[in-house]
Amino acid sequence: MKKLLTGNEAIARGFYEAGGKVASAYPGTPSTEILENISRYKDELYCEWAPNEKVAVETCIGASMAGARALAAMKHVGLNVAADPMFTFAYTGVNGGYVLVSADDPYMHSSQNEQDNRHYARAMKICMFEPSDSQEAKDMTMKAFEISEKYDLPVMLRTTTRVCHSKSLVEIGERVLPEMRPYVKNRMKYDAIPAISRLLHTKVEKRAKALAEYSESCEFNYAIDNGAKIGVVASGIAFQYAREAFGDSANYFKVGFSYPLPIESIRKFASSLDTLYVVEELDPFMEDQLKAAGIPCIGKKKLPIEGEFNPTLVRECLLGEKVEHLDVKTPLVGRAPTLCAGCPHRGMVLELGKVKDLIISGDIGCYALGGGEPYNAKDCTICMGASISMAHGMNKAFEQYGKDRKVVSIIGDSTFFHTGIVSLEGLVYNKGKALTIILDNRITGMTGHQDNPGSGYTLMGEPTADISIEAIVRAFGVKNIKVVNPLDLKECREALKWGFAQEETAVIITRYPCALKKYTQQDIDEFGKLSKCTVDQSKCIGCQACVRTGCPAILFDRKTNLANIDSIQCTGCEICKQVCAVGAIGK
Amino acid sequence: MDKVTSILLVGVGGQGTILASKLFSEAMAEEGFDVKMSEIHGMSQRGGGVSTQIRYGKKVYSPIIGEGCADILVSMETAESARWLNYLKPDAKLIISDYRIYPPEVLSGREEYPQTTIEDLSKVADVTVVHAEKLALEAGSAKCMNIVLLGALVKGLGLENSVDWNGIIEKTVKPAFIEMNKKAFRLGVEAVS
Ligand SMILES: Cc1ncc(C[n+]2csc(CCOP(=O)(O)OP(=O)(O)O)c2C)c(N)n1
Repeated sequence: MKKLLTGNEAIARGFYEAGGKVASAYPGTPSTEILENISRYKDELYCEWAPNEKVAVETCIGASMAGARALAAMKHVGLNVAADPMFTFAYTGVNGGYVLVSADDPYMHSSQNEQDNRHYARAMKICMFEPSDSQEAKDMTMKAFEISEKYDLPVMLRTTTRVCHSKSLVEIGERVLPEMRPYVKNRMKYDAIPAISRLLHTKVEKRAKALAEYSESCEFNYAIDNGAKIGVVASGIAFQYAREAFGDSANYFKVGFSYPLPIESIRKFASSLDTLYVVEELDPFMEDQLKAAGIPCIGKKKLPIEGEFNPTLVRECLLGEKVEHLDVKTPLVGRAPTLCAGCPHRGMVLELGKVKDLIISGDIGCYALGGGEPYNAKDCTICMGASISMAHGMNKAFEQYGKDRKVVSIIGDSTFFHTGIVSLEGLVYNKGKALTIILDNRITGMTGHQDNPGSGYTLMGEPTADISIEAIVRAFGVKNIKVVNPLDLKECREALKWGFAQEETAVIITRYPCALKKYTQQDIDEFGKLSKCTVDQSKCIGCQACVRTGCPAILFDRKTNLANIDSIQCTGCEICKQVCAVGAIGK
Repeated sequence: MDKVTSILLVGVGGQGTILASKLFSEAMAEEGFDVKMSEIHGMSQRGGGVSTQIRYGKKVYSPIIGEGCADILVSMETAESARWLNYLKPDAKLIISDYRIYPPEVLSGREEYPQTTIEDLSKVADVTVVHAEKLALEAGSAKCMNIVLLGALVKGLGLENSVDWNGIIEKTVKPAFIEMNKKAFRLGVEAVS
């Protein structure tokens, strides 16, 4: 039976069919749905959200060592967080098969950078598959488990947004559950201390040779001969673009097992050609290796190193064809993402934006949308958890030069549990004075509402301990803590004033559920229900103070010069009511 | 049959663009076509645009199209149609809903909502305007605007009789909403000549 599946659904299916038993991940676009789909098989396996990618990878290492097939999934930048355990796990190798999914995001549809994680496979000296559609995503996931156990190493499955989020037809199979592999204590394999690791490194180099040989015969690396004089080497989604652009006018070498590269097979493929193109998104990963092996080819000289490809782009860059399109001039309107109606981040972000000469160190999450108009509540973002440590570093630098600058960090609950927690540990330990604001909306919002260590539920839907952020901060020894309701602007404003006045480390925690969150019983008990706001138009003076809250539920009619509230979008948060000077907004 | 048909369905988060695309793609797969569908919904929940691309034919390689490749555009929101024009073939069909969703840029008075989209496009392209909200309300609820436009898309491609659409709606939609969606679909089909 064939089904239309996204790449992520297909990876989940592949894990299930291959007898996978333990999966762990931290959400991140475009990888999030892998674990969400694995959780549909929860009666037959175990899966979880880890607090961050390093923990996910390590949990799966444990499961593999114990003898089960395990899979860890993450977005590209997640692998930076998880790189430490992965580099050494590459030395020890596995017991049960291990698949690491790295989902890259060319064009940065929803990411902070565009790094090409294929370099990691090479740097870690492990091997890598790159699917180009959903069928391959499933097949390669299953094959990766086999290769992992055969060659004794973790195997990377590298996807990109378009593979993860595109649907194509997949043949559905049965789950085959292998016996658990016996756990045998073996320090010479699993205890990475210098004396043992030196021996393991020798093993790794030997393994690399065996993998290079395997690559030459791997069924996912193959040539398509159309009797042409132009040849294309391509991997991942770029293969589909090239195939569409060149049709039957080129020969193809489809690279599915892309590290180590099947160099000799490509050399042979290239030998009868006049021109060899390498079509790969982002870095010249294959191109550089082919050139180093003395195989002349053209890649980044003609194709961009930035962003995504598509068939038209390949056609224009390599075939020099100009593709005509509908040509009409008509005005466009902006539609940038904004904080939702009723977003509990709005209150604090609005108040932060009003503070003069404040440096706001931002983090990754919905509150990042507070950087733009009308909030202007952010100076910088680097990566998850960095807001607190960066604010700390700024504060210390200003102190060194005797400058009195106010610095705050803002960070979400999921991001706090991810790595913000250790940043705060560092700040407290080092007597940091930058103010920390933790925006707890009781869920991981940005990536689509995944539970986290503070939300009270597991990925498998079971109630669990909800870890109190306030208790953690207190346990660190912070004495100055304020928990505020972010729907109350005055409370936010006063908390900020209080925070800036403290001589020692201070932390503000806002606590209110995401406006899009499905309330748990605990949420209902704690926060209750809100009723919607309305505008009494006889009182409205058209001053637009409500409009400047940035709430998308507020409609301003420029003909009548009056505000109105969209009753479908309004959640009743009352932020607009609080800024209305004439009392025109009520319930 | 060898030809690959490329469809671009666009709208704003929450309009049901992805559901309509899914229904269509699954129907095409059942008809024995190769189908690929790609969606970008990055921040759609936060008011951003949503676009899905569907491609079907005997054999489909790329799940996405580049500039100048779409045969048909269905826009669930009027001004959103303008964002995708470069992706359309010069002779593409455009099916545009006259339903408007004002973005924050307009609500806050920073930008003007474009008034001339349909007029500008109609001058040079093959445009059908669908009164999706009106038809959806006639069918029973504004919520089935996406199914009205699915009907319009199906008619635009001339597939209204070759597929058992009612059967597909019966299989995918909750029992209580089947009749309403069938009617919405039919009104969408009739809206395109
Ligand atoms: C290392 C890393 N992992 C995952 C992500 C993806 N990501 C971006 S924002 C976010 C969630 C933020 O949740 P939270 O801090 O609770 O803020 P909210 O969006 O709920 O406001 C995630 C998981 C990332 N950018 N970097």
